[in-house]
Amino acid sequence: MSTSIIILIVLLVGAVGGYAAYQRGRQLRIERGMRPHSRPIYHASYVLSWAWVPSLLLLGTWLIASPILNEIQIRNAFPEDAVAEAGLTDDLAYGIVESIGVGLRSLPEDERDQIDEDTPIEDALPLFRQYGVAIASASQDWMLPLAIESNIWSTVSRWAMTIVVVLFAAGGAFYGYRNIRTRLRARNKVEKVVNVTLIVASSIAIMTTVGIVFSMLFESADFFSRVSAWEFFFGTTWEPRFSAAGSGGETGQFGLIPLLAGTLYIGAVAMAVAVPIGLFAAIYMAEYADNRTRSVAKPLLEVLAGIPTIVYGFFALVTVGPFFRDLSAQISGLLTGNYSAFIQAQSVLTAGCVMGIMLIPFVSSLSDDIITSVPRSLRDGSLGLGATRSETVKRVILPAALPGIVSALLLTASRAIGETMIVVLAAGVAANLTINPFEAMTTITVKIVQQLTGDLEFTSPQTLVAFALGITLFVITLCLNVYALYIVRKYKEQYE
Amino acid sequence: MDMSRATFEKGPAVSQDKTIKMASKDVTVHYGQKQALNGISLDIKERQVTALIGPSGCGKSTYLRCLNRMNDTIDTAKVDGKILLDGENIYDPDLDVVELRARVGMVFQKPNPFPKSIWENVAYGPKIHGLAKNKDQLEEIVHTSLKRAGLYKEVKDRLDEPGTGLSGGQQQRLCIARAIAVSPEVILMDEPCSALDPIATATVEELIDELKQNFTIVIVTHSMQQAARVSQVTAMFHLGDLAEVGATEKMFSNPDDKRTQDYITGRFG
Ligand SMILES: Nc1ncnc2c1ncn2[C@@H]1O[C@H](COP(=O)(O)OP(=O)(O)OP(=O)(O)O)[C@@H](O)[C@H]1O
Ligand SMILES: [Mg+2]
Repeated sequence: MSTSIIILIVLLVGAVGGYAAYQRGRQLRIERGMRPHSRPIYHASYVLSWAWVPSLLLLGTWLIASPILNEIQIRNAFPEDAVAEAGLTDDLAYGIVESIGVGLRSLPEDERDQIDEDTPIEDALPLFRQYGVAIASASQDWMLPLAIESNIWSTVSRWAMTIVVVLFAAGGAFYGYRNIRTRLRARNKVEKVVNVTLIVASSIAIMTTVGIVFSMLFESADFFSRVSAWEFFFGTTWEPRFSAAGSGGETGQFGLIPLLAGTLYIGAVAMAVAVPIGLFAAIYMAEYADNRTRSVAKPLLEVLAGIPTIVYGFFALVTVGPFFRDLSAQISGLLTGNYSAFIQAQSVLTAGCVMGIMLIPFVSSLSDDIITSVPRSLRDGSLGLGATRSETVKRVILPAALPGIVSALLLTASRAIGETMIVVLAAGVAANLTINPFEAMTTITVKIVQQLTGDLEFTSPQTLVAFALGITLFVITLCLNVYALYIVRKYKEQYE
Repeated sequence: MDMSRATFEKGPAVSQDKTIKMASKDVTVHYGQKQALNGISLDIKERQVTALIGPSGCGKSTYLRCLNRMNDTIDTAKVDGKILLDGENIYDPDLDVVELRARVGMVFQKPNPFPKSIWENVAYGPKIHGLAKNKDQLEEIVHTSLKRAGLYKEVKDRLDEPGTGLSGGQQQRLCIARAIAVSPEVILMDEPCSALDPIATATVEELIDELKQNFTIVIVTHSMQQAARVSQVTAMFHLGDLAEVGATEKMFSNPDDKRTQDYITGRFG
């Protein structure tokens, strides 16, 4: 029986139990003539929890554990030496057994019955192929019985699971229902379930982060065992030559500096565009605009945030880039008589400007919320002393909103650093090291994409470098966030 | 501090010959469609305390905010009628609101010190209006304002600590110091003591009594006792109308208007 049907049954059992508990809770009040400790809805939730939680936990554990146990069993059953004789590794052999299993399952019943443990594998293979399952030619006769055994194991395991889980659900519901009485503190128990659920949810978020960081760390460690850290962090040349398969030897140069410089440079230009415009727009919206203007302008501004970044990239490629190039040609023509463009079509400037436009709605809508949340009384206090609006903004509102604005800006900076699509299209993929904003540069994220697209094994420095780049990016963003927290805390101490 | 109040020095009785500082003529206020004030005409005399009383929602704060055009900051509010400050209409389109608010200062119901140091709080007004020629003069203004607000002794060693770190009563006196630092002519106070305990209230009341030597004060209060203690003239508002106005002593002993009588006796029990 498929997992989703099992889940459905469990949910149904819980719902029925919950409904019964609800009715029982109401009945209690009538029967005993006194108010039970908890309202019927809590009795229902109590029974629901008993029905759902243990059975679903069991289901999850079973789903994870059963294939693992199965695999261990099969691997132990490999005939000694046969694996090595066939020139296979254990992993490969197990893979083949698994796919034979898949092949068996895809056969119609009458054809499957013809195959038993003694059938030579050569007879079975054409049948599998006929039903769309291709199996490696290294398959051996001894694999077929193992595959059959494995399939039987999984079927039995699944039936057992279905029965046990449904029994758990019903048992839980029954147990919970039996417990219902006037004194039952269902309300407090449900509170505990809620509490644990919330803790589990946040742990999942945290564990995922930790997991990702660790996997990046391990892969990066692998990379740094092949390329020296010094060369990576301080190298000024990025040239990870993709060596032809098997040639080995040449590993190329993995200098981070050009990418880091490009990332920070483009990010800085973007922030230089986005921060003033976004902040001023936010101040206008929050302090000056009347309700009507705000109700029209704010959604319009936020539409900008809904445009996918690839569209901005497109816009940079076909409009902004050529515009800057032609403009620079005109300017140099006017100045020197020589109409050669000094701004390349793909440049730091183009990428920065377009990315800045993309970031405006972030800056403005985050800052707007923060500015609006500055208490009205401070505004009134300043205006009541005869300050103009702009004096009030500059001297009272912005200082009061500063911690929030700083963290909003750092959040925006993190986005700028992580942006990829705009850079690919607007600044190109050439890892130059330059201080001229009119030339092309590229960023860390672009190179990560470049290193990982293509048919590569995750064993060469050319691909592993992506993890080193990723962890570098992560550390930069982390530092930004920590710094934001520091500023906010320092400011709070001062003024609260 | 004298808590018995028996010796609380009362200002001189209202003298009819005091000059009129602010005069309102037929002031109406609408919030959107809703009318909050229905034609208020009230004279505020110089160098004395005028108390505005009345049940909640009757328009006291609304009227007070008309006097320094703080209603301009509310999008929906629309003010009609005339309000004269020294004979000049403050709703004249040519009038500079910023200058008006420097002349007619305001203290709010909830103490609202800026999240800056005590010194910065008081120096704020003088700085934006350029009242001080140099640093020394600014220092001088800050110190005298704090002294006049009766706060100097308590904070003189911690002028660079945040104003928000003071107690509620101290914060309110800081707000008063901040208001008087720009040397206004009129000070408007909207329930300045409603967030304070009795001791802080007494301090602020004494302060108001002193301030009336130099300033014209209009105070909104819900406490009849407070109105009786600090004011010389009392104006009773009711549902957007001015029910009655007169010398405080007369209002509390022998009101003409039935509504005033009900309100006052209701409060006094
Ligand atoms: N910003 C506003 N928008 C709409 N209506 C308002 C606004 N401020 C006040 N009002 C309305 O105007 C009327 C008068 O309000 P106001 O604040 O002046 O009363 P008040 O006498 O100060 O009351 P309280 O003693 O409770 O402070 C009330 O009916 C109130 O609902
Ligand atoms: Mg009020």
